[in-house]
Amino acid sequence: MKVKAKLKNGVVKVKAMAKHGMTTYNQAEKKTGNKDNANFITHISATINGETVFDLSTSQFLSKNPIFKFKFKGDSFKKGDKLEMAWTDRKGKTGKGKGKIK
Amino acid sequence: MERRQFLSLALGSLALVAVPASVRAEDYRKLKPTAWTAKTVDEAIKNLYGSLDMKTEGVSIKTPDVASNGGAIPVDYKVTVPVKSVAVFQDANPEATVCVNTVGKYEITEYSIKIKMAKSGTITVVAEGQDGKLYVAKRTLKVALGGCEG
Repeated sequence: MKVKAKLKNGVVKVKAMAKHGMTTYNQAEKKTGNKDNANFITHISATINGETVFDLSTSQFLSKNPIFKFKFKGDSFKKGDKLEMAWTDRKGKTGKGKGKIK
Repeated sequence: MERRQFLSLALGSLALVAVPASVRAEDYRKLKPTAWTAKTVDEAIKNLYGSLDMKTEGVSIKTPDVASNGGAIPVDYKVTVPVKSVAVFQDANPEATVCVNTVGKYEITEYSIKIKMAKSGTITVVAEGQDGKLYVAKRTLKVALGGCEG
C-alpha cells in the first residue's frame, strides 16, 4: 500500500491507499454464486516507533482500493520517522506499506 | 516504613499509572461480531455500544450532496469531544456498519474515507466519548449511481 505522511505545525497528516478489490457479499454472490468468496479488508492499523497512531476495523462497504486520511499529534515524532501501515483481509491475507514523515 | 514495603508500594503505583497510558488496539470485528451483521443502523449501534441514548453534538460529517459514483463516496468526519472510538454506519446497504476507529492517545479525531452505497441514504457517525456518553451526527445524501452491485 502507499503511504504519505507530512509533519506541519505539530500535526502529522497521513494519506494512505490500500490496493484491494473489497468484494462485498452481494458482488461475490453475483459473480461466483458463492457469498463466501467475498473478500475485504477487515482491519487496518498504522504504527510509528512501535506506537499505534491509527486503528480501524472495517466492513465490505469501503470503496475499492480504499483511501484513508487521518491526523495525529506529531510532538513525539520527527521528520524521517517511519510510519508503517498494515492491513488484514477476510481471507487472512496481509499487506504492508511504509512511508517516511516529510 | 520498611524498605520492602516502600518498594512494593512504589511498584504498585507505577503499574496503576502504566495501565491507562498504554493504548491497546482493539479489533472490533472480534470484539463485537454482532455489530457487523446488523441490518439496521439502530440495531448496529445497540450491538456495538449497548445503548441508543445519544447526544446530537460534537460530531460533524461532510459529504457531497449528490454523489455521482456510489462506489466511492468521500466521507469526512470530525469529532470535537474526547472519545474512545468512532463508528460509521449507513442505511443504504444490506448491513449497516462501515467501520470503527479505535482512538489512541496521539490521534486527532478527524478522518476521511471513501465508502460504497447502493442507493441514496443516511450516513450516521457515532462517537463513544471518554465520559461514556454517545455523540451522534447524521447526513443524508443522494447517490446517482449505486456502487454495491457492480
